[in-house]
Amino acid sequence: MAKTLAFALMDPPYESENLTTAFRLLDAAARRGHTIKVFAYEGAAALAFTRQAPHPNPVHGKNLAEENHPTTKDQVAALLASAEKHGGKVDWVNCGMCVDERGVGEFVEGTRRGSPADFHAFCEAADGVLAIPTK
Amino acid sequence: MAKKTLNIVESGYRAVIEEQDDTILWLVAAMQAAGAEHTVVLRGNAVNYAVKGQGAPSLSVGEWKQSQAPKMDRDVGDLIEKRNIPVYVLEEDLAERGIEKAELIGGLKFLPRSALPGLCAEHAIVSLW
Amino acid sequence: MAKYLLIESRDPFESNDTAFAYELATGLAGAGNEVTLFLVQNGVLPARNGARADGLLAVMKAGVKVLADDFSLAERGIGNARLRAGITPAPIETVVDHLEQGHKTLWH
Repeated sequence: MAKTLAFALMDPPYESENLTTAFRLLDAAARRGHTIKVFAYEGAAALAFTRQAPHPNPVHGKNLAEENHPTTKDQVAALLASAEKHGGKVDWVNCGMCVDERGVGEFVEGTRRGSPADFHAFCEAADGVLAIPTK
Repeated sequence: MAKKTLNIVESGYRAVIEEQDDTILWLVAAMQAAGAEHTVVLRGNAVNYAVKGQGAPSLSVGEWKQSQAPKMDRDVGDLIEKRNIPVYVLEEDLAERGIEKAELIGGLKFLPRSALPGLCAEHAIVSLW
Repeated sequence: MAKYLLIESRDPFESNDTAFAYELATGLAGAGNEVTLFLVQNGVLPARNGARADGLLAVMKAGVKVLADDFSLAERGIGNARLRAGITPAPIETVVDHLEQGHKTLWH
């Protein structure tokens, strides 16, 4: 039976293994067809920023295609698609003030701008809540 | 009635100057305004937020000068007095840091670490920050 | 009594604050709750047999079920044969299991 799970994320892209774990967790929840609610707070407001760009890796001698460098925007988009494919959905909210101060106001289609009131609503609606704080 | 949420806050002074707030205490206050029912426990270095009379001078870089430097003791006091959010402080964490209760703002509740499981039991959601 | 999942992402070699999480897990178990400690990221490092892990041993002795994220173990080259007895590798889906059931889930 599908459940509603709420998450708060805080880490910005490329700074912490917390996000690797977070995306693995979200992916697992999406594959089960759950309704997933994500409040992307602080640095995490940049996870869905569409102007991220991959790069080559000269240290390892890989060109752009070979390196296939991950971007969190692609992971967010893939998460949304996976949830839909498995009969669930993702409501991904980027905290508006966090977006503004970081200048990351262009975000993956299907995510939206929001506020702490959204996280409150998420917690109220959720069967399970997990906040992944930053250090 | 909103689910009672316990927020155990350990992170102290992370980006406080840049944000002009502790981002977790701010989040809790904003959610409370939206109808949440929150409780805060200060532990670890965050217990220092309750020390009276703190506050760094405003940050300045070249000609740029900050005009709204944060004061964490004021913000903790506001949670208690303006937001009706109970704020607990772990006693052992104060003692480890040599902080005497007389140095703290008023309105706090003191909790031994051993009582934390009991407080967790009283809340539907428990988050560590 | 309630069911708790504590997720420990830190290790005792870099952070002495793991003592708080281990102590909380033990305290919750002592209060009669069913507690699972899920080690993830560097949190799996003390799960290697022979690592200095007094805090983790105390948690296990208190009756807390200790699991270690299989992805994190593989990333760090800790094979099953090198795991401390009493610690079980587990997939990340374990966390989803707990969330689905409304268990209080905390990340340290």
